Amino acid sequence: MTTNRRKSIWVFGDYRNYYQNRVTLQLIARAVALAKTINAEVCALIFGHEIDEWIMEYTAHGADRILAIDDPALKSYSTEKYLAIIERLARERDPEIILIGATDFGREFAPRLAKRLKTGLSADCVGLDITEDGLLLQIAPSFGGNMLAEIVTEFHRPQMATVRPGTFKEIPHDYERTAIVERLPLMKGLPKPRVRLIEYERSVEKEHTIENASVIVCGGRGMGNKEKFKKLQELARLLGGDVGATRPVVYAGWAEHNVLVGQAGKHIKPKILFSFGISGAIQHTAGLGEADFIVAINKNPQATMLKMADVAIVGDASDVVNNLIKELKKRIRE
Amino acid sequence: MKLVVCIKQVPKVTELPWDEKTGTLRRDLASGMMNPACKHALEAALQIKENHNASITVITMGPPAAEEMLREALAMGADEAILICDWLLAGSDTFATSLVLKEAIKKQCPKFDLILCGAYTADSETAQVGPQLAEELDLPAAAYVEKMEITGKTLRVRRLVDNFRETLEMEFPALVTVSMENYKPRYTSLAGLENAFDQKDVSVLDAKSLGLSSSSIEQKGSRTRVRKVFLRKAQKGNVVLQGAASNVVHEFLDRYQRKIGTVIGKSIEEKKQHDDK
Repeated sequence: MTTNRRKSIWVFGDYRNYYQNRVTLQLIARAVALAKTINAEVCALIFGHEIDEWIMEYTAHGADRILAIDDPALKSYSTEKYLAIIERLARERDPEIILIGATDFGREFAPRLAKRLKTGLSADCVGLDITEDGLLLQIAPSFGGNMLAEIVTEFHRPQMATVRPGTFKEIPHDYERTAIVERLPLMKGLPKPRVRLIEYERSVEKEHTIENASVIVCGGRGMGNKEKFKKLQELARLLGGDVGATRPVVYAGWAEHNVLVGQAGKHIKPKILFSFGISGAIQHTAGLGEADFIVAINKNPQATMLKMADVAIVGDASDVVNNLIKELKKRIRE
Repeated sequence: MKLVVCIKQVPKVTELPWDEKTGTLRRDLASGMMNPACKHALEAALQIKENHNASITVITMGPPAAEEMLREALAMGADEAILICDWLLAGSDTFATSLVLKEAIKKQCPKFDLILCGAYTADSETAQVGPQLAEELDLPAAAYVEKMEITGKTLRVRRLVDNFRETLEMEFPALVTVSMENYKPRYTSLAGLENAFDQKDVSVLDAKSLGLSSSSIEQKGSRTRVRKVFLRKAQKGNVVLQGAASNVVHEFLDRYQRKIGTVIGKSIEEKKQHDDK
């Protein structure tokens, strides 16, 4: 029944933080490029209530087709409802690829969908391509070292990946663009969810996260000890920025978990990133996204972090922090 | 009440020794430890055990050396430990791992009420095994759980996902993955550790005892294949500054203070007259 249908790359529409997190648009953009290589269409999925805004946005940003289900029962996100819906749609339509943003929701939802569809899934990809054999090449951080892995799902479909926000650039919007919009009714006979949403609210903590900071002062073990690490606060204050930390530092109790930068923590995109005493393990650098300008300080000239930097300062991180504080106090005029 | 905690051993050092010549990890140089988020999950189970009449089974899939981590879990207060260990299972992806864990749980503790996993592991960080195990066992589940309350057969959890603070409820049996926000793991005394080595047993299961043969593992197992692993390339051509800290900082600011000033919206400039006084 689906044999002569055109191949399709599906992008899950994760819209509830649309203004803070544009990962769906980034995925649509990447899917458009991949689709050219394998002659496929790009199809965005949108489930929710009163979703016309997202239909318009995803169309304007490059989707060829939209599968939309607009129903009051889908007013809030539900892993179980979405699972049941996409499982059915995927069985009917056999998508070649499903891409899902590596948001918290995506990373909880995608593994379960992959399991239901009995297919493979790679986590938190930082690159996507098409191999010479036409497979989706999924590039994901791996093995806890400074490494990336090339992963393929050879024998099962769809090929699935969650993708780190900030990995790809969105296509600028064009409100003249059109897409085939299929408005589908909510299917009958979906199983009743067993997880009940009792309450939810947008967290007020949001205002304070480092994900949107324009200056971030990040510290690693090379800061020496907790006392010396605390000096980063003062530097961050002078620069109107936030402090970030690597995992060893968080585990050592020098910093709170909510400032962890990296794969398991926050993904940042500051205009200026100061990196003090950080060697540059992939788990950390994976969170640096598109930091515009990186200043790294490390006493090991071979440190990966120095190689990634625009300005690499070879020296003791703590000494440089102290001198920077002293000198900035002299030079900054309010 | 019956709790199952899935834990994983991960390399102790974050920055693994990397062999530049062969392009491989020197795993032999890295020693193992209990993955921190898994330890938080175990702590959550221990706190449930303190307030409710519960027993805890810890379960891991890994090399023989993972037994040490299971002993630590027993010392912390777990009641039973299971090691799934078989070379046939080496290199399993999350699809295969969750299948194997399901088989082990069905065989060893089918009457569980709650399964707890760490929200992610420190080595691969896919965060996929917990949710996939929930699918395998057809359970209601929640990831990134920060806080749990149990009333009768009902589990209420609090969590933060994508900046939404959520309260969810579900009935047992259920599965949660535990974040590292709360449930700070307790300290394990050396005496407790020694005790755990002397007095408690670790059951060891292989693939065969779980009804898995090499052909069924091939058929039902891993869906993904790692084609190659490579060092992440450094991206920027860079300016290198070195020397005494104070000199370097002067040079750095002289060159970049305008750029920094623009970003932070303040004027940064050297005030020579101050230095002279």
